[in-house]
Amino acid sequence: MSALLEITGLTKQFPGVLANDNISLTVKAGEVVALLGENGAGKSTLVKAVFGLIKPDKGEIKISGNTMHYGDTAGVIAAGVGMVHQHFQLVPVMSVTENIVLGDEPRKAFFINRKAARAQVIALSERYGLQVDPDAIIEDLPVGMQQRVEILKALRKDVKLLILDEPTAVLTPQEIDELLIVIRTLAKSGVGIVLITHKLHEVMAVADRVLVLRGGKAIGFTSPAQSDEAGLAQMMVGRSVVLRVDKTPAKPGKPALEVVGLQVLDDRKLLSVKGVDLVVHHGEILGVAGVEGNGQRELVEAICGMRHRIAGQVHVDGAETKDLHPHAIHAGGISHIPEDREKHGLVSSYSIADNLVLNQFDVEPFAKGWVRNISHVNTNADDVVAKFDIRTPSAQNLASSLSGGNKQKVVVARELSEDLKVLVAAQPTRGVDVGSIEFIHNQLIAARDRGTAVLLVSAELDEILSLSDRVAVMSGGKIVAIVDSKDADRNYIGRLMAGLKE
Amino acid sequence: MTQSKKKSFDVGTWVIPLIAVIIAMVIAGIMMKFQGADPFRAYKTLFMTSFGSVKGFSATLGKATPLVLAGLAVTIGLRAGLFNIGAQGQLVSGALGTAWAGYTLTGLPAYIHLPIAILFGIFFGGLVGLIAGALKAYRGVHEVITTIMLNSIIMGLSDYLVVYHFREPGQLLTRTREVLPSARLPFVFSLPFGFFIAIALAAVAWWIMANTTSGFRFETVGRNKFAAWYAGISVKRTLMTAMMISGGIAGLGGAVETLGVTYRFEPAFNAGLGFDGITIALLGRAHPLGIIPGAILIGGMRAGASNMQFVAGVATELVDLLMALILFFVTAPLVTRFFKNSGSKSVTGGWGA
Repeated sequence: MSALLEITGLTKQFPGVLANDNISLTVKAGEVVALLGENGAGKSTLVKAVFGLIKPDKGEIKISGNTMHYGDTAGVIAAGVGMVHQHFQLVPVMSVTENIVLGDEPRKAFFINRKAARAQVIALSERYGLQVDPDAIIEDLPVGMQQRVEILKALRKDVKLLILDEPTAVLTPQEIDELLIVIRTLAKSGVGIVLITHKLHEVMAVADRVLVLRGGKAIGFTSPAQSDEAGLAQMMVGRSVVLRVDKTPAKPGKPALEVVGLQVLDDRKLLSVKGVDLVVHHGEILGVAGVEGNGQRELVEAICGMRHRIAGQVHVDGAETKDLHPHAIHAGGISHIPEDREKHGLVSSYSIADNLVLNQFDVEPFAKGWVRNISHVNTNADDVVAKFDIRTPSAQNLASSLSGGNKQKVVVARELSEDLKVLVAAQPTRGVDVGSIEFIHNQLIAARDRGTAVLLVSAELDEILSLSDRVAVMSGGKIVAIVDSKDADRNYIGRLMAGLKE
Repeated sequence: MTQSKKKSFDVGTWVIPLIAVIIAMVIAGIMMKFQGADPFRAYKTLFMTSFGSVKGFSATLGKATPLVLAGLAVTIGLRAGLFNIGAQGQLVSGALGTAWAGYTLTGLPAYIHLPIAILFGIFFGGLVGLIAGALKAYRGVHEVITTIMLNSIIMGLSDYLVVYHFREPGQLLTRTREVLPSARLPFVFSLPFGFFIAIALAAVAWWIMANTTSGFRFETVGRNKFAAWYAGISVKRTLMTAMMISGGIAGLGGAVETLGVTYRFEPAFNAGLGFDGITIALLGRAHPLGIIPGAILIGGMRAGASNMQFVAGVATELVDLLMALILFFVTAPLVTRFFKNSGSKSVTGGWGA
């Protein structure tokens, strides 16, 4: 069988970064190839080059034997390459059928032939064994189902090669399992699949071959049969990585953060936190597990003073914190790693140095009275960049020049720079590479061991389970269970997250 | 100043404005040619008049004085992410307030009367700015809308006040009395004293923006107000303060023009100064010092326009045409970049948002 995709010697130099260094990769029909690497390893550059979105300095890309050229994105798509993006490109208010045929609708005179469209979708779903309800409205569907629609949308265009970009980032454990089955089914039907990921167990579960990228270089091919998770991790970061977090048992002290009867509205003015009670003690990590969109974001924002509380209180060390005053709440001892680091965490057009003092630029030693002490800001930045291993040529570079993991390190470093009573960490390792995850995890444990109460909210169940001392499961705006992490059973928690009773 | 800020002050900062001015002059020149005039002669007269002699240059700097302040006013707004279209209204309010204080308060020595009259200008300009700022902060009303509406309100209100309450007794023209000598700004080396105030203020503003916590607050709100809010900066207060300061500086522009050049309030005197401030701020890439050359250039065009008409037979409106073209070409790259990023990464923050 000839190769669907054949990349030879691809090299791309960006200013200051060699994004792809002489990378070669072939994908055959019916094969699942995982592209594994940390953020900034060059995965997305490689994919962009395949789509003709960037011009390689050297190398050749062939699809089904034909050489592809820079700028010919339409040609690449016509050759049968499809992509499912990490962020879905669906119209939420339209039906499954409408979304799948969008842009290439079957017509009858001037009108969309809805009957034919529906039939096409049903045929497509049967052909690949991907069950969907053709009449369901996208926004009513769970995320896993939305992703399935996205995959069908790609498959409809006679896709021979399907690229999946971090497809499991938003899924529940059960949905992930289903997706992995779907990937295998697709491969069996002859589609070549490129799976971009940094999650090792997915690679182990589904890939035929693995190309590990690190710092723009192809470290090598391996396969789940030849390697294990620890081996993959080592290839990925270039050293051995502790996958389970080493931590001593917690020594919980007095209650630090107490949330009582909290009720919060979401952006659509619907009640999304429906009376939550929580206590986090000094020196412990309480993890909040849950499928995204079950009120975790609103809970965190209300605790941190970023969202109005319609009922209930938040106490820190017994003192009530005021509503809607991030500054007052920060002064009261809550620190917060925000979920959306681009929006809330960073000023991307500021230097790393300025970002590192964003919440304390006006206090000693970074300011003396009214005047900023910029040399202190810069020495601080140099220290932190070294200590947190933030990969940048200089602390004076703009935050926008950093990769996702390094941006997150900037935020984490800043929020941990003071002695705190409470740290609220929302999705602290989302989109962060393995090396940085390990580092951030250790920082959270270290904060706990210094006596900080840590409230950890994450969509990654593994992260919750490995870091937390206690696990609270959130579903439908309520805490449905709190269990000791020693007794936590992955499947049991997964069912609770999905809203199933026992 | 950190390195990153220095970086934002190199290539694009002066090359784009320079190219914009050159393209604008070429296009205006072609249009003159079509009209049968000699563009080289026109430009030569224009710039020889305003920059070719000491007397001409001092007239240019005189014209540039309120323009530096108007440009600075718009610049301060832009740095905090606000597009203050209302410099005109704020400047007029300041001019009227200053004129009133200048002719009503009698029996004061100059060292008391003059500062008081100037403070009146700053106060009224700032008040008008504060209205727009408060509406933005508490009601979310876009400042472009409110400042445009306030411009109209101020125009009508100042006409009404001058016609019915402050008109010079026995005078048919719509104008106030002259300010008393004790409230007049002197000339220094045949330059209006206001020019030195304006330059000093621009320098102080630059230093504040680059080195103080208040400047950092402004800048942070301008670049990412969500991150600013999250970091504990009071975005509402910052927006209001920025609009108030912006208005106050525009008001000061009206004050120095009144006390140093016109000596009275007459609506036509201040026509368009505030709007020129927008062009100047964008030409100076929203840099407190960058606006000074822009203001001098535009001041020079204004100063040399009538002589150009006299010698080269080109209407003074050519200067308006030139300014419009400059504005067009200087904003085009900003606008494209704004839409490309659809974020708030440009020098001027999210001024179009």
